[in-house]
Amino acid sequence: MSADPFAAPRAANGRAPDVFRHGGWVPMRQYREDDEVDFAVVGTGAGGAPLIARLAETGFSVIGFDAGPYFRPLEDFASDEWEQNKLYWTDQRVIDGANPMVQGGKNSGKAVGGSTVHFAMVSLRFRPEWFKSRSQLGYGADWPLDWREMWAYYGQAEEALKIAGPVTYPWGPKRPRYPYRPHELNGAAEILARGAEALGYKWTATPLATVSAPRGASPPCVYRGFCRFGCSTNAKQSQLVTFIPRALAAGAEIRDLAMVGRIETGTDGRATGIHYHREGQWRFQKARNVVVAGYAVETPRLLLASANDRYPDGLANSSGLVGKNLMTQANQAAFGVMQDEVRWYKGPPSLSLTEHWNYEDRKDFAGGYCWMAQGPLPIEWVTVQTGARGIWGEQLRREMEKYNHQVGLKMVGEMLPDERNRVTLDEERDQFGLRIARVTYSWGDNDKALIRHALDQMHWSLEAAGATEIFRQENDTNHLAGTARMGFDAKTSVVNADCRSWDIPNLWVCDGSVFPTTGGVNPSLTITSIALRTADRIEALAARGEL
Amino acid sequence: MTGRYPDYDVLAKRDTPSWNDVTRRTVYRRLDLPRMPRYFSEAEWRTLGAVCDRIMPQPSGRERIPLPALVDAKIFERHEDGYRLASMPGQGEAWKRGLAALDAEARTRHELDFASLGPDDQDALLRAMQKGELTHDAWGGMPSKAFFEHRVIADVTHCYYSHPIAWNEIGFGGPASPRGYVRMGLNRRDPWEGAEAAPGEQAEARRINQRVG
Ligand SMILES: Cc1cc2nc3c(=O)[nH]c(=O)nc-3n(C[C@H](O)[C@H](O)[C@H](O)COP(=O)(O)OP(=O)(O)OC[C@H]3O[C@@H](n4cnc5c(N)ncnc54)[C@H](O)[C@@H]3O)c2cc1C
Ligand code: SF4
Repeated sequence: MSADPFAAPRAANGRAPDVFRHGGWVPMRQYREDDEVDFAVVGTGAGGAPLIARLAETGFSVIGFDAGPYFRPLEDFASDEWEQNKLYWTDQRVIDGANPMVQGGKNSGKAVGGSTVHFAMVSLRFRPEWFKSRSQLGYGADWPLDWREMWAYYGQAEEALKIAGPVTYPWGPKRPRYPYRPHELNGAAEILARGAEALGYKWTATPLATVSAPRGASPPCVYRGFCRFGCSTNAKQSQLVTFIPRALAAGAEIRDLAMVGRIETGTDGRATGIHYHREGQWRFQKARNVVVAGYAVETPRLLLASANDRYPDGLANSSGLVGKNLMTQANQAAFGVMQDEVRWYKGPPSLSLTEHWNYEDRKDFAGGYCWMAQGPLPIEWVTVQTGARGIWGEQLRREMEKYNHQVGLKMVGEMLPDERNRVTLDEERDQFGLRIARVTYSWGDNDKALIRHALDQMHWSLEAAGATEIFRQENDTNHLAGTARMGFDAKTSVVNADCRSWDIPNLWVCDGSVFPTTGGVNPSLTITSIALRTADRIEALAARGEL
Repeated sequence: MTGRYPDYDVLAKRDTPSWNDVTRRTVYRRLDLPRMPRYFSEAEWRTLGAVCDRIMPQPSGRERIPLPALVDAKIFERHEDGYRLASMPGQGEAWKRGLAALDAEARTRHELDFASLGPDDQDALLRAMQKGELTHDAWGGMPSKAFFEHRVIADVTHCYYSHPIAWNEIGFGGPASPRGYVRMGLNRRDPWEGAEAAPGEQAEARRINQRVG
């Protein structure tokens, strides 16, 4: 039996867990707290991990801090929805607004590897126009990034994660074939294809971050279907089994179970290091640069909580935008019943998708959406049944018995930035004595129009595929973005195109918070691609003496 | 057992390659949970049991899923959701207040506590809660509708479907590591998945299910 990953840090004494071997270890370089390291990175997820790896490979001294534990997937991950709640950020958050946004497993991980440890692996590129949605499509805000440059970084990210996907992708500008062949479809994915074709839409096997053939110590996916509860075989190419081992091999240190509570600034106004809680006490790590990569709730929380006399409104916040423009993605769905046995618990949950409405602009609302095949496990599924239909009692038990005949289509839809949707600090305090986040969210009129459109489309598509007893799940959201947006100047954004804060030149943000808009596809591949770009930019700036 | 998947038992696979050590430890712990309150008082436990029986009534003729024990364990073992509505207290406090309020409502309407009401009266109260119509002082400002949605329905049904008996009932494959699955397409079943009984063909499904493993 392995020791409890929550009891004490595992990355210690010059070694870190070897995630590929039972009880194995890999050597880890360690720094002293009074060593002024080049980079202290807060968060080791989709954005933090690639940056840590690439900075270490460039020769910088780097420490990655994560509040969560350092899991050993082969030993720690049960095939069990309930137990695997341990992967999520379940510290208290308060939610309000007209459409309070559910937290926990719906959007935040807390582990070395971040939310990629439990994410569903869908790895998509933004539509090029979304990087200029204000000037080219007339809504949202422009990004200070060029899509052609991003196209190259997407390619790098797909290669680093050995994304399994189709030979040709049906939408957008040409992209190279995916590194690994696509996964076979399960029953739920076949139904999506049938329904899309009936409406005359293209569909494709979903590009996924789980390997379809062996890769190093990762075996091919065995289609066990517990992906969102942690992959116990290491087929999933999460940051925990990709960029983190790379980072260690390149000389980075990882500190697990290390909760960062405050960023310190010096008399010159620059960041000097971070205060963090580990093994029962507060500690201080000196650093020449601090990167915040805690995702769109914890990142603004930390920046706001680091307010001091010089920066009374929080760090990097002269624009007043830290915490504002929080975005999520519409995640509504339509479900129905097939005569066929579908058994949607088998395989990754979203093996096929259609991006039709991301690339079709003839519609009466801004933004786009895609939809995907679904494979909820029993607890997720009963949450849909009770939430969408309000049923309980004997009726619920009978409906649940149709489990193996259910199919569903679920959207990932673009919600628009709005300054009223935001993260602030609540008066309540957490176990470390830190003020908890209050997350305020209300859908706008455009969001509602987009959801209505998508629900109709998904409904018709299911009907066309032969499903009956169709119902709609009208209230669900997933993924986070915004709250420290990148932009063109210090008045209207928090960081520049290099993820460097306008106010404090050695303070950076590298995670989903920097998105000015959120697009109609899942965000991780874009977060990772931006991190890879940021690493290159830091290398270039350092070479010119501009760090 | 009858139903859609007669004699299908996820636990029959516990020593096959579909289960690993950590899964066995996890599920066995759940099966062995103490059947008594560790968080709730005796009175709250009784009310909670009555609520569970209405939210997820269980068929006779099979072992019961110990719902009150599972809900109690969720709170006692600090299995948190990661958020709370601004209008609600934390999960333990919400449950205590909600159960007390439900009893207060029952006494106001029927001069009996909730557990002593008949099923129809209990359901009527639960439906009123679902609609947010319960406003007794005992709620202490917590909206009864929010308590119903975020605590009663969520906790009781999640606990139910965390149990292997519920997995059998719906034909879920259950734990699946390291073996996973091979037959992915429509109308395909691996030999280690439960067989569904076509109408009138319980015997054939039962025969298959007795060999699932
Ligand atoms: C169920 C689910 C399914 C998903 N599926 C997909 C999908 O299929 N495709 C996709 O593209 N995206 C998916 N996502 C979203 C995706 O996981 C996230 O968008 C992405 O991981 C965010 O990256 P990040 O680097 O911003 O943050 P994260 O990956 O969440 O990493 C942040 C890390 O920072 C740590 N941290 C935060 N604050 C502190 C602090 N103060 N001190 C120390 N550590 C801290 C956290 O513990 C965490 O580990 C899914 C999300 C969920 C919840
Ligand atoms: S289906 Fe594949 S990726 Fe998902 S948990 Fe299983 S092995 Fe891992």
